[in-house]
Amino acid sequence: MGEMEQLRKEAESLKDDITAARKAVQDLTLQDHVAGTAVVGRVQLKTRKTLRGHLAKIYAMHWGTDSKLCVSASQDGKLIVWDSYTTNKVHAIPLKSSWVMTCSYAPSGNMVACGGLDNMCSIYNLKGKDGNVKVMRELAAHTGYLSCCRFLNDNEIITSSGDCTCVLWDIETGSQKTVFAGHLGDCMSLGVAPDFNTFISGACDFTAKLWDIRDGQCRQTFGGHESDINAIGFFPNGNAVITGSDDASCKLYDLRSDQELITYQDSSIMCGVTSIAPSLSGRLILAGYDDFNCNIWDSLKAERVGVLSGHDNRVSCIGVTPDGMACCTGSWDSFLKIWN
Amino acid sequence: MEDVIARMQDEKNGIPIRTVKSFLSKIPSVFSGSDIVQWLLKNLCIEDQAHGYFFPISDHVLTLKDDGTFYRFQTPYFWPSNCWEPENTDYAVYLCKRTMQNKARLELADYEAESLARLQRAFARKWEFIFMQAEAQAKVDKKRDKIERKILDSQERAFWDVHRPVPGCVNTTEVDIKKSSRMKNPHKTRKSVYGLQNDIRSHSPTHTPAPEAKQPTEEELREQIKFWQAQLDRHRLKMSKVAESLLSYTEQYSDYDPFLSTPDPSNPWISDDTTLWEMEASKEPGQTRVRRWGFGIDEVLKDPVGREQFLKFLESEFSSENLRFWLAVQELKRRPIREVPTRVQEIWEEFLAPGAPSAINVDSKSYDKTTQNVKDPGRYAFEDAQEHIYKLMKSDSYSRFIRSSAYQELLQAKKKVKHFK
Repeated sequence: MGEMEQLRKEAESLKDDITAARKAVQDLTLQDHVAGTAVVGRVQLKTRKTLRGHLAKIYAMHWGTDSKLCVSASQDGKLIVWDSYTTNKVHAIPLKSSWVMTCSYAPSGNMVACGGLDNMCSIYNLKGKDGNVKVMRELAAHTGYLSCCRFLNDNEIITSSGDCTCVLWDIETGSQKTVFAGHLGDCMSLGVAPDFNTFISGACDFTAKLWDIRDGQCRQTFGGHESDINAIGFFPNGNAVITGSDDASCKLYDLRSDQELITYQDSSIMCGVTSIAPSLSGRLILAGYDDFNCNIWDSLKAERVGVLSGHDNRVSCIGVTPDGMACCTGSWDSFLKIWN
Repeated sequence: MEDVIARMQDEKNGIPIRTVKSFLSKIPSVFSGSDIVQWLLKNLCIEDQAHGYFFPISDHVLTLKDDGTFYRFQTPYFWPSNCWEPENTDYAVYLCKRTMQNKARLELADYEAESLARLQRAFARKWEFIFMQAEAQAKVDKKRDKIERKILDSQERAFWDVHRPVPGCVNTTEVDIKKSSRMKNPHKTRKSVYGLQNDIRSHSPTHTPAPEAKQPTEEELREQIKFWQAQLDRHRLKMSKVAESLLSYTEQYSDYDPFLSTPDPSNPWISDDTTLWEMEASKEPGQTRVRRWGFGIDEVLKDPVGREQFLKFLESEFSSENLRFWLAVQELKRRPIREVPTRVQEIWEEFLAPGAPSAINVDSKSYDKTTQNVKDPGRYAFEDAQEHIYKLMKSDSYSRFIRSSAYQELLQAKKKVKHFK
C-alpha cells in the first residue's frame, strides 16, 4: 500500500473515531432534557423605528456598544451611522467602492470599517480632529471579496474573505498579524467570542470553524449543514455557536461537547437563511431569510415562536443590541427597522 | 421549467392558444389567465409562477391572474434559463427604438421615459452609436408581417419587464453579489441581446472563479492527521451536562432579556422614556444590576461599576494587586503596537520583577514563560500569568467579594454607593 494511500486511510479512520467519540457523550439529547420545559410564549415584536435614507440594497448592519448608534452599509455606496433612537443620521460616509458587503462598529465607538468586492477592509476614523470622517487605513491583502469584519479593539480587526481565509490585522501598521487558513470554501461570516480569545467562521464548505486568536490554530470544526453557511454567531454564554445556512436551517453547536445540539427548521421554510442573532439570554434566536421575513425560534425547544414581517425584499442582516432592548433588521428594500 | 412549458404548448393537451377578436383588431396567439390556472391545477400539483416564460399582453406587471386576462408564451430566445444579463446599452437601444415606432401602444410608460433620459445622460458619448442601432432595428421591424411584429414586440417588452422591472416590482433576476461569483451556472450570457459590439464595461460585479478542490499533498495530509488526532484527544462534555447548562443559563438571564421580561422601569424603545438608560449610565447601580454581578466573575469584570466596587473591596483587604494586574494586561492588549514594549516593561516592574511593589503570586511555570516573553515583548507576553491570576481571582477574591458585607448591602440597597476616586 502506497504511503499516500496509508495516510489517507489514517485520516479517514481518525474522522470515524471522532464521530464515535461524539456519539459516546450523547447520553441525552437537548430535546429530552427540555421536555419538561414549556415553550416560550408567542413573541410579537413591533416595528418601533424605520431608518430611511439608503437608496439601494442594504447588505450589512452592526450595533455600537452603546445600544443606540449603529452603522449600515448599502450598495448605494454609503456607510451611514445612525442614532437609531432619534432616527437621525450621525454620519453619511461615501465609499470608494459601492460593492460593499459588510460593516462593523468598533467597541470604543471611535471607528467603523467596511469592505466588499474591492477585497479590502477600509477603516474610517469617526473622531477625527476636524470633525470630518476620513479613511484611516485600507487593509489590502485578501485575494477575494471581504464578506465580514469585526473589530477586537481600536488596533485589531478580524476579516473573513471569499479567498477562504480569515485574517487578524494590526490596524496601525496595516499589516496581517495572523492568517487563519483551513476552510475549503469562501468564508461568509464570522463572530467573535464574548471573551475575545476566540472567533468562529462559517463558510461555503458547509462547515463552521472555531479559531484561537492568539496562536492562529483551528480548535474545532463543525459540519452537518448541507449548503453554504451564510451567518454565524456566538450563543451569549460563549460556549455554543449558532449558524444559518442556504439549506434553510439554523443549527446550534456546543463547543464543550464538540457537536451539533439541535437544528431549527420547518418543512414550510424552503429559502436560505441570510443572518442570525441571539436575544440577550439566548433563549430566542432571530434569523433573517430570503423570503423577506425573520423567524424567531425558541432555542431550546426548536419551535418557531414569532415572525417579523414588514420588509418588501430579502432581510440581509440582523442584530440585537448589546443591552438586548431591541433588534434591527436591514433589507434589500433599502430600509432598516428596529423591533421589540 | 422548459419541460413544463413544452407541455403547456403541446397542441393536444396543452393550453388552447388562439387568436382572439377584439375591438377593431385581432389579438394573435393568446390564452387567458383562467385557462392557464386550470391547466396548472390539472397537470401539475404545484402553483408555479413561470416568471418570464409567459406574460400578460397588456401589462408591465408580470404576475399571473386567474381571470380572463390574456397571456402569451415567451419565445425561447428570451427565456430566463438562458441566463441573460442584459446590459444597459441594450436597454437604451430598446427604449430608443420604441420612440421611433410611431404607434400609440408602443409609447413609453413614465418609468421608461425616465430610464431613457437617465441612459441618455450616462451614454452621452455613445449616443450616436445607440441611435444608429435603434434606427437599424426599427427599419427591420417595419418590414415584418404585422401580426408577427405584434407578437415579437410584446415578447421583447416582456423580456425587459423581467430584467428592468416596473418600479415597485421585485427584480427576480437579482442575485446576492456574495453568491454571484460562485454561481453553479457560471456561463451568464454576457453578450448583447441585440448582438451589439459592447466595449462599455458592464456595471455588474467581477466574477472570480470558485477555488478548485485540490487533492491534498503528503504534507497536507500529515497536517490533517495531526489536527484530527488533536481533535480526537479533546475532552467532550456529556450532552446532558451541556443541556443542563444551557437551560440554567437561559433561565438565569431571562429576567434580563427584554424580549422575555419587561424591563424596569420600561423599555425606552416602547415607552419613549429613557430613564432606564440614564440609570445604566449613572454610577449608582440598581439592585438588578448588582444581582447580576453575583452570576459569575465575568459579570463583575464586564460592568465598569462592578469593576470599581470589586477593586474597592480588594483595596480594603490589601489584596488588590491581582485585579490591578489583570486590568493592566487587558489594557495592554488594546494598545498600539509601538507602545507595547514600554508598557510590558512597566507591568513587569510593577507586578512580577523581584522586589515588585505589587507582587503577584504566579506558579513557577507561568513565571518562567513570562520571564522569557518579556525579553521579546508582544501583546500576549502575560497571557499565561493572566490566566493563572484569573483562576485565582475566580476561586478566591471573587467569592469573598460576593460574600462581603459591602456587596450584600448593595444588593439589598441598604447603603448608598461610595465612589472610589
